[in-house]
Amino acid sequence: MELDDWLKAARADAERRGLADLQPMLDTLVRATRALRRADWNDDPTGRTSSPAASGPGRGPS
Amino acid sequence: MARPALLPTIAEMAPRIERGALTAEALTTSCLDAIAANSQLNAFITVLADSALAQARAADREIAEGRYRGPLHGIPISIKDLIDLKGIPTTAASRVRIGHVASKDSPVVAHLREAGAVFVGKTNLHEFAFGVTNEDSAFGPARNPHDPDRSPGGSSGGSAAAIVAGMCAASIGTDTGGSIRIPASACGIVGLKPQRGDLSCAGVVPLSPTLDHVGPMTRSVRDARLLFDVMRGAPPSAPQPMFATRLGLPRRYFLDRLDGEVRRLFDATVLRLCDAGCVIEDVDIPHADDITPVYLHVSLAEAARYHAPALEARPEEYTQPVRLRLELGRYVLAEDYLRALHGRRVLRTEVDAALAGRDGLVLPTLPIPAPPLGAASVPVESGTEPVRSALLRLTQLFNLTGHPSISIPCGTTRDGLPCGCQLVGPHGHTLRLLDLAEWLEPHITAPSGREGR
Repeated sequence: MELDDWLKAARADAERRGLADLQPMLDTLVRATRALRRADWNDDPTGRTSSPAASGPGRGPS
Repeated sequence: MARPALLPTIAEMAPRIERGALTAEALTTSCLDAIAANSQLNAFITVLADSALAQARAADREIAEGRYRGPLHGIPISIKDLIDLKGIPTTAASRVRIGHVASKDSPVVAHLREAGAVFVGKTNLHEFAFGVTNEDSAFGPARNPHDPDRSPGGSSGGSAAAIVAGMCAASIGTDTGGSIRIPASACGIVGLKPQRGDLSCAGVVPLSPTLDHVGPMTRSVRDARLLFDVMRGAPPSAPQPMFATRLGLPRRYFLDRLDGEVRRLFDATVLRLCDAGCVIEDVDIPHADDITPVYLHVSLAEAARYHAPALEARPEEYTQPVRLRLELGRYVLAEDYLRALHGRRVLRTEVDAALAGRDGLVLPTLPIPAPPLGAASVPVESGTEPVRSALLRLTQLFNLTGHPSISIPCGTTRDGLPCGCQLVGPHGHTLRLLDLAEWLEPHITAPSGREGR
């Protein structure tokens, strides 16, 4: 799911469930999720980039 | 203002108990008196006065008969009310748990009971350990003995307050993002988060099962070792002498934003360590900026998984801030949780690299002193930062990576608030970290008047 769509759906769901106070927290979470998805240690399925950190010894099986 | 009235350390009291110069009953009575006299600190949820006195008298009888069990025999300790003590409610500071009574001791409590420890009560905490200030508790906030208008830190805040006010000699806490080390720093005691897996978390209400740790909160590093050995069911370990010490100091990210007084005290601590012969080298955690996003996705999703049934059946029984954070976790997507687990492995590798060839890392435990109760944000450097984010910022990494870490008091601010210095040890070497911490403790714990230059 793309993050903008996710945020829209999450906001609507929180509103429907009477959790209006969740709105600013969802904004915080989406900022953190964007940062997580931008991190350079994420896998690149195109194989065009390789992050040294992502291929370190702590990495699990792929 | 309450007047902190620390007991002597366990290492100091135990020989006196063994030879009958101090009775467990007298010591326990002193703790129970301190609990009654400091009720405004709200450190305890359940006080076990009658059973504690019975345990203490039994300990005195055994010791008099020559059946001394070891250094915890007859020592009054408290247990965070997230950890099962047989026959006693484990409230987790939540109305959600009303009616619960533990059917058996958690393994760490069973080991302590076997060692002859006296349980004076169950301490207050942030509801379900899901917070770092202790403000959100069904039993009201615990307060900092150094300034009751301030938080004792959390989530094991009642445990730290109880030690500082002489209500117990030590306490057992839990640490999912810093919940032992944060209150230890805010209240001026020692808090050990062992290597992940060293101590069983069975019989402990989970928060985020892959981040949860149990550990001792004490007056000294030696006492932390005494409890750690007992809690893991091992024979007493002997401190190993250290001669040359190499420490890594991760400046970027970790020292970027500190309260001015914390910076002054930490800089002075580093100078004292250098004067003591430590070699301190700058190190870097290349992806430190990713710590918070990684931690957030792991902790929120795991907490939501555990609490989902109660969130649906009895949401009104949670405090509103804790309920909202738990609900937030229900929106974390699976791919982002898995992405965070991958980031966690990257961070583990980077901390291992920073520790390679070194005895430990040294950094502040908290970027700020204890915050005022009710504060949403605090001033840090030239800006402000949410209290929760500030309190977790320097500790949560080591829950993600599992490395053992310990907070040791390193002085007090000009307002009389304690600050802590954090040491982090190599993976799998909690005892080596304790060796290091015991060796450095006299240099970290600033002598009066030498707290800053």
